[in-house]
Amino acid sequence: MINTAKKGRLTVLGAVAIGAMVALAGCASSDPLSDGGDASSSSDAIVVGSQQYYSNEIIAELYAQALEDGGYTVDRQYQIGQREVYLPELESGSIDVFPEYTGNLLQYYDKESTAKSPEEVESALADALPDGLTALAAAPASDQDSYNVTKEFSEENGITSLADLKDYSGSLAVGAPPENAERPYGPPGLKSVYGVDVTSTPIDDGGGPLTVKALLDGSVQLADVYTASPLIAENDLVTLDDPENLILPQNVVPIVSDKVDADAKAIIDAVDAVLTPSDLQKLNAKSQTDQESSGTIAKEYLTSKKLIG
Amino acid sequence: MNVFLDSLAWLADPVHLAGPNGVPARLGEHVLYSLAAVAIAAVVAIPVGFLIGHTGRGRTVAVALTGGVRALPTVGLVFLLALVLGIGITAPMIAFVVLAIPSILAGAYSGFEAVDRATIDAARAVGMTEWQIVTRVELPLGLPLLIGGLRSALLQVVATTTIAATVGAGGLGIYIFTGLRSNDYTQMFAGSLVVIALAVVLEVLFSVLQRLVVPAGVAAGRPLDTRVTTSRSAAAKATSLQEGTQ
Amino acid sequence: MTWIWSNTDYIWDKTLVHLGLSVPPVLLAFVISLPIGWLANRVAWLRGVLLTASGLIYAIPSFALLVALPGIIGLYPLRSSTNLIVGLTLYGVALMVRSTADGLRAVEADVLQSASAVGYSPWQRFWRVELPLAGPVLLAGLRVVVVSTVSLATVGGILGINGLGLLFNDGLQRSILAEIGTGIVLTIVMALVLDGLLVLLGRVLMPWAGREPGPRSRRQEAVTA
Repeated sequence: MINTAKKGRLTVLGAVAIGAMVALAGCASSDPLSDGGDASSSSDAIVVGSQQYYSNEIIAELYAQALEDGGYTVDRQYQIGQREVYLPELESGSIDVFPEYTGNLLQYYDKESTAKSPEEVESALADALPDGLTALAAAPASDQDSYNVTKEFSEENGITSLADLKDYSGSLAVGAPPENAERPYGPPGLKSVYGVDVTSTPIDDGGGPLTVKALLDGSVQLADVYTASPLIAENDLVTLDDPENLILPQNVVPIVSDKVDADAKAIIDAVDAVLTPSDLQKLNAKSQTDQESSGTIAKEYLTSKKLIG
Repeated sequence: MNVFLDSLAWLADPVHLAGPNGVPARLGEHVLYSLAAVAIAAVVAIPVGFLIGHTGRGRTVAVALTGGVRALPTVGLVFLLALVLGIGITAPMIAFVVLAIPSILAGAYSGFEAVDRATIDAARAVGMTEWQIVTRVELPLGLPLLIGGLRSALLQVVATTTIAATVGAGGLGIYIFTGLRSNDYTQMFAGSLVVIALAVVLEVLFSVLQRLVVPAGVAAGRPLDTRVTTSRSAAAKATSLQEGTQ
Repeated sequence: MTWIWSNTDYIWDKTLVHLGLSVPPVLLAFVISLPIGWLANRVAWLRGVLLTASGLIYAIPSFALLVALPGIIGLYPLRSSTNLIVGLTLYGVALMVRSTADGLRAVEADVLQSASAVGYSPWQRFWRVELPLAGPVLLAGLRVVVVSTVSLATVGGILGINGLGLLFNDGLQRSILAEIGTGIVLTIVMALVLDGLLVLLGRVLMPWAGREPGPRSRRQEAVTA
């Protein structure tokens, strides 16, 4: 039996343990209940958000660090999953800066849009955005869907363009994110524009390692991989040409709320002006292959471009 | 209410019912994977569980295993295996079996343990061989608890199969993920409704089965529920039987 | 492996957030299940209904529940921590109701009558006699709830809800096995630590409860019961 003295000490121990746990939970640097709600930041901090996509987070971090270097206080809210969540927050000013992609955002606001080229899409987007949201100038860098095949497949069958696919005699399965099946550039679009029958194998890793592995293993013949992904170069994949512009261009474009002043906008513009497609690929490679964090990658890049420090 | 109606309409739409991505097809996949996983796990876990229950040895390891697997995050396991093994059903299936084994094991050995030692002694006294004791006494009496373990395992696997759609394995989860990535909450809700309905149906089926399987003699003259009377024995039971679904 | 050393801040932050999301549902579940379990024990026909209902709720796959809850309740967005906490609490209650009902049922009628005879009011009797005696069973149930909650909370990561679950998503996208592995290990460790704390708490609050018996002593208890 535990005697009273020992019990007393155990009680204290128990209380301290529980107290410590509660205190620690309270010390969490991000308030668990503020996700998806209003930002718990001071009124003059700029809130930078990002999608649940590592590459998008890197771009957001580029903006964040550049703004901090310009004297602004920045509050980061990364890994937000859905447009339905962060777009209203941008409109209401709970989030101030968000890196987006021209094509998908245009589709979100205007499904019927017929804009095809990067310039068309960018200007259509400016029109389609609701009040309270502004799109700054798009960067040269883009991160759009692309259909890829292995080098062997391309050489054996002489396929370098989506237009060549209809001559292929075997069955074609494409490993793509789940939403691809319902997008205009998915199997329905491939059929109507290029005359190709493709079945979908949905893989939910954002055109990442599982998708590429499936392509390399032969489980699928085509893979929908984002153009900025380092996996394309690493695995010698061949990106098929898209002569009919079926796939929507996705240039990186920062969306800002009304709270962002002209100086801040200029800082963000400066970052986007230098962000080329190959730069974005290299940044992504640092994250995927070298496993560096977005903070480190952003700092290196901004310093090398003399945008901070 | 709107979401419900929209989702039901989505489910009734023939476009969503036809073809390899249709609801019946995916439902079929889902059920098939789940049953296969439980079958495989049962082949491994039931004999071992019977052994533990009959001999009384190895129980602590089994209890620790059950408790440990409850802490295992299924999402992490599936993702990890998929990265190593590639897309398709192989990686998730391994996860399913790993998650199903402890429940079935617990059901098997607790079924045996619940049999009153006096009954077994009586069986020995009457002249039954060990094998006869197992098949004619312990097994029938332990069957309800075994079915309970199978039911836990099946629900656990049904739940995990929902996540397997992420890694290219099919199943009902596909609607949830497609809806998630396309901002189509109706599709997500519809998908979740089908999964929930499946789980509820299975739960009810197995509960009924569990009750039906109790041997007639036991059910008729059921004595006091001597197994769960004191706080302590109830506590011991609670830890080994309560399982979870993820 | 180097990923772990270069990202300790990130990992620690996720751990704390996860803790903050796992503990409240357990506490809420305990508090909410007390009156429900008590009712199930008192009113005979309610017992069957409540236990079946909680069994059904527990059968629902967590991911599907998290997806469906915002549609059913409609008060908060899908990827909010509120959604996760509500879902986890629901599971916790479903689990605890059975433990609470069983635990209270196990308290012998003689003891309760003696307590009343000595002069306890029903309220006092519940808090000073019934609850403590049901304690070990409640604790066992609570331990199961804590472990499952910590583990279930990771499912939120697929939806983008903060916590250790995000490590799985990010690790998959970037193909960092160490990140996924870290998430798995930390989840298990957190679950075991919290479980251990509960055991400790149990020893402190109920020193008279002693240890759990093995299979041999069960027959004796069955006889004396």
